[in-house]
Amino acid sequence: MLRQLEGSKAIAETVALCRPEVVCAYPISPQTHIIEAIGVKVKEGSLAPCEYINVESEFAAMSVSIGASAAGARAYTATASQGLLFMIEAVYNAAGLGLPIVMTLANRAIGAPINIWNDHSDAMAVRDSGWIQLFAETNQEAADLHVQAFRLAEELSVPVMVCMDGFILTHAVEGVDLMDQATVDRFLPAYEPRQVLDPEDPVSIGAMVGPEAFEEVRYLAHLRQLDALDYIPVIAEEFTALTGRPSGGLIHPYRTEDADTIVVALGSVLGTIKDAVDHLRDNGERVGVLGITSFRPFPIEAVRSALANASRVIVVEKAFSLGMGGVLATDVSMATLGSSAVLNTVIAGLGGRPIAQHSIEAMIARAIRGELESLTFLDLDEGIIERERARMARTRRSGPFAENVLRDLRQNREDRS
Amino acid sequence: MERPFAITLDVGTSRANHTGSWRVERPVYVDRLPPCNDACPAGENIQGWLYEAESGGYEAAWRKLVENNPLPAIMGRVCFHPCESACNRVQVDEAVGINAVERFLGDTAIEHGWSLPPAGPDTGKRVLVVGAGPAGLGAAYHLRLLGHQVRLVDSSPKLGGMLRYGIPAYRLPRAILDAEIARITDMGVEVIVNHTVHDIDVERHEGGFDAVFLAVGAQLGKRVNIPAGDSSKVIDAVSFLHQVADEDPPMLGRRVVVYGGGDTALDAARTARRLGATDAVIVYRRNRDKMPAHAEEVEQALGEGVTVRWLSTVERFEHERLVLEKMRLNADGFPEPTGEYEELDADSLVLALGQDTDLSLLEGNDNVEVRDGVVQVATTMMTNEGGVFAGGDAAPSDRTATVAVGHGKRAARGIDAYLRNVDFVSGDRHDLATADHLNTWYYADAPRTERPELERIRRQTNFEEVIGGLTEENALFEARRCLSCGNCFECDNCFGVCPDNAVIKLGGEVKYEFNYDFCKGCGICVRECPCGAIEMIPELI
Amino acid sequence: MSEQRVHFYQVGSFAVGNRLLSADDRTVQSSPHRTNSIDSGHRACQGCGEALGARYALDAAMRATNGQLLAVNATGCLEVFSTPYPETSWRIPWLHSLFGNAPAVATGVAAAMRVKGRSDVRVVGQAGDGGTVDIGFGTLSGMFERNDDVLFICYDNEGYMNTGVQRSAATPPAARTATTDVVGAEPGNSFGQGKDLPRIAMAHDIPYVATATVADLHDLERKVERAMSFRGARYLHVFVPCPLGWGSATNETIHLARLAKETGLFPVFEAEHGVVTNVSRIRRLAPVEEYLKLQRRYAHLFGAKGRPDIVARLQAIADANIARYGLAPERDELDNREDA
Repeated sequence: MLRQLEGSKAIAETVALCRPEVVCAYPISPQTHIIEAIGVKVKEGSLAPCEYINVESEFAAMSVSIGASAAGARAYTATASQGLLFMIEAVYNAAGLGLPIVMTLANRAIGAPINIWNDHSDAMAVRDSGWIQLFAETNQEAADLHVQAFRLAEELSVPVMVCMDGFILTHAVEGVDLMDQATVDRFLPAYEPRQVLDPEDPVSIGAMVGPEAFEEVRYLAHLRQLDALDYIPVIAEEFTALTGRPSGGLIHPYRTEDADTIVVALGSVLGTIKDAVDHLRDNGERVGVLGITSFRPFPIEAVRSALANASRVIVVEKAFSLGMGGVLATDVSMATLGSSAVLNTVIAGLGGRPIAQHSIEAMIARAIRGELESLTFLDLDEGIIERERARMARTRRSGPFAENVLRDLRQNREDRS
Repeated sequence: MERPFAITLDVGTSRANHTGSWRVERPVYVDRLPPCNDACPAGENIQGWLYEAESGGYEAAWRKLVENNPLPAIMGRVCFHPCESACNRVQVDEAVGINAVERFLGDTAIEHGWSLPPAGPDTGKRVLVVGAGPAGLGAAYHLRLLGHQVRLVDSSPKLGGMLRYGIPAYRLPRAILDAEIARITDMGVEVIVNHTVHDIDVERHEGGFDAVFLAVGAQLGKRVNIPAGDSSKVIDAVSFLHQVADEDPPMLGRRVVVYGGGDTALDAARTARRLGATDAVIVYRRNRDKMPAHAEEVEQALGEGVTVRWLSTVERFEHERLVLEKMRLNADGFPEPTGEYEELDADSLVLALGQDTDLSLLEGNDNVEVRDGVVQVATTMMTNEGGVFAGGDAAPSDRTATVAVGHGKRAARGIDAYLRNVDFVSGDRHDLATADHLNTWYYADAPRTERPELERIRRQTNFEEVIGGLTEENALFEARRCLSCGNCFECDNCFGVCPDNAVIKLGGEVKYEFNYDFCKGCGICVRECPCGAIEMIPELI
Repeated sequence: MSEQRVHFYQVGSFAVGNRLLSADDRTVQSSPHRTNSIDSGHRACQGCGEALGARYALDAAMRATNGQLLAVNATGCLEVFSTPYPETSWRIPWLHSLFGNAPAVATGVAAAMRVKGRSDVRVVGQAGDGGTVDIGFGTLSGMFERNDDVLFICYDNEGYMNTGVQRSAATPPAARTATTDVVGAEPGNSFGQGKDLPRIAMAHDIPYVATATVADLHDLERKVERAMSFRGARYLHVFVPCPLGWGSATNETIHLARLAKETGLFPVFEAEHGVVTNVSRIRRLAPVEEYLKLQRRYAHLFGAKGRPDIVARLQAIADANIARYGLAPERDELDNREDA
């Protein structure tokens, strides 16, 4: 039944249906509404048995999840941005220990400058941690991905992070078809850990591994990620069969069959891009979109075949590696290796900058004309950049440029009025 | 459960890692000689019998005790316990009251009628023991244990020697004496009393004895030439005490002066008090520090009203008046005359100036060497003549009952070796468990249990025993004060303090064992062993 | 001395075992059937106090919980020397996650047990002093504040020994470490304000806080037992000398722990719900020199170029502890007799 729900609320409802046994909460925008809603459920008793623990930091949130998971409980937490960075040591640790924790990442920019709005810098910061990272395009998919995430995590004994755009999804109210408990239970069996702390069968978990075996341990973890590449489509199909919804899977191609130009992206921006593509298609351009759901493991073969016939690939991403360029684009380039397709990287929407359909359309048009630089920043205010660079060149004590930019913007606005 | 590779490990797998290879020194269990055992003239395994007593195993303790000394009830009263002087417990608080526990065990044995072990299988050898004092009794006991036949002869009407005729009943009740002597004679000792041996060679050959043990004691009181008027009553202490023991005490009057500074002097003075003397005065030429008598005996005597004239010698005795010369100690601590005199009223003078041995039975024998008034013996207690042994006060010794009992044991073993025609082998002596081997932290402070003393006023007038015994509770407590120097008493410290679990607790006789597969040689077990029963030795590489 | 008044049993209440005691009154460690939670073959240095302390505490916890125990371990010596692949020394279920998160991980384990209705299974978290007073402090305080059902044990050897003897917030003043070398006007660690974790724990009003040393096993085991009788957050701070880091002889480990208590430098006490309920009074008062001189980390305080002024300041710390907790020896310690 379709309900008008805030994204966070949809996630909370769905996570609750997954019967988590230990939920850790530490507030950080824009994740707060999720954990608040779960907290109510535990406190009122509608989610039981479940231990809801208000911890003192994200580091503790992930650590408590580690303990709970290692002791055989289904563990869940949610975070964003700085919170993810604060727990990053534990994030790596959870993956290293193979603990099937599920975490929602309400994607948000990373400071400084402090910024609470959406981009994907946080997710990219932990892409090598060993977690499976699934990106949701819509609130419906975000909700559905959580059900699949628990199944995936526990089947493979790997933690899974469901990435959903902060505010854009978490705070957006839209129609979501929530699953019922029986369906979730049918899809998601009770957690049966691969290893567990048990007085009747004692083991030592978390040994120190030296040079003699460390590489093998890492390689085995990599193989587990490759297993996930096989398994993700399987459970997505199963999910679709159960619900009728095409949520999950490795990739979501859209009008790519005959496309010369394919735009690749993660998350909610795919909606805007699809609108742009539809419009360009109306104008006769052969453009398509490739949404990547599974960023880690990266479905390199699926991406390769989806892009096989394109002569131009544009990667639009909400994060970038300073001094280098696109993060997703780098991965995509591995999939297009050997092809003659031109690859453009477009950094867009950092720190919550709106990504307008017309900007996307203009950018694609330029790309088709061959005018797009290989690394482009969408809607960059060149004037600000030039003025700040000039200021920095004039004096060593030019001040913090974030503040300078704000002052410049204010000045410009006043000048205009 | 399928374990994730390397990160998750099966328990206990580290036992594959033999950390013993790190070691450069290894701990080993040792038995060190406790200082009490070392000091005991009777060679008792004191720590050993205290160990049994600690757990309330009094009979086992007593049996361990009488392996070396068959007279614990007696020794528990008359021994001057050099063991306690040597006791390491003074490092914690006070010496263990070994003597009191010994007496408790001895009394308990009498009370329960425990018998000594049966005599050993008959060897067919016959031994004559001359003198039934502590040396003779000790020898007879050990000889019987070894299976030799024993004839014990004594010139007095009753057995016991100086135990009976030298030690007053208030220190050693006769019932106790009789009970412990009877236990020995019950082992099948042929006893002949009122029999004085005049010629040892004759006696030996007529009786067909394979060996002889001379334990005739030192029964002759030393006399010095003190000018005394005819009416003056002068008697030696040995005779005095002997007569008292025979219940025929001499009349000494109300004012008795005892001349001498040894334990016998004190015995004489205290006995005089009990016989009705109002003044019992000891005259001694040196001061209290130099007095050879045992301090606690002095303390008791003073408590009973005995007085002492320190730094005085008896110059002459006439007309119920003693003339004393005052002395002073020179730089070396020796007394020298001052030429000053003083007088002291006295009805009688008891001379307690030491004893001599009556060795007339050796007059016909040229082989046995007599020097300084005593019979010279080898470590086996054998004289220069084969088969003739001597011990106790008749041989060179400190002349205490305990030394005599020790001589008896040693002589018995010497005689046994002689009769079997084997070399006398003395057991190996372990290293001494000196105080620096102990970790006294572990011993809870617990002051010794003083034995109750009879009220002073009562004891001055009768011959009831002055010092009472310990109750069982007290004896147990006192036994548990033993530090068990140098000998494991199963405190589990080594087992507990090893960071590598490299001590195996076995229980039983072996108690513990080191697991050298894992012992890293840190030495904590040695450091924390309360009693010094472990030592580190270099690892042989 | 232990709170328990004992009859006189030759070695009183200080030795590990005693053949004269009834089996119930003996320490866990005296039993050949003890768990040996940490087994032989571990790679701790010779004379390691932490290996000893961990076995003491966990074996006692195993007895108190009837074997229903799960342990969480912070990174550090204890973790490294016990579980180098492919061997583990642990005989109990054991989880190591990170350096600074053991309290939180323990919270998670406890939550899992609660949610599964396994109230019989108890959780111990453990770390060295670095993992407790420094990097793990935040998660520990959080665990305390929530009153999670975890006994957290700090094995305090006063520094980062695993990484090569660096200073922690538990390193005492004047002590030499690799990051507080004996150079300059104030050789060794500076005289800071200290970070007294037992008192900080007490400030959380958690049900039980106690300190102990490896030198008094009966006391330590009793405290573990007591700790296990409570639900909620409990803290046990165990003093464990480190021969390597302190430059002490390997056989002095227990002796040093004893001296730390007998000098007053390490107060041994327990507190319930934020209130001190029991102190272990000093039995044989010792000057701090006696303790300090056995350790090379204090060697610069003695000898020709010694610093009696600094020794006096350390003595003042001990004296302040004695005054704060009332540790002065009892006038008459000879009271065992009354019960015998």
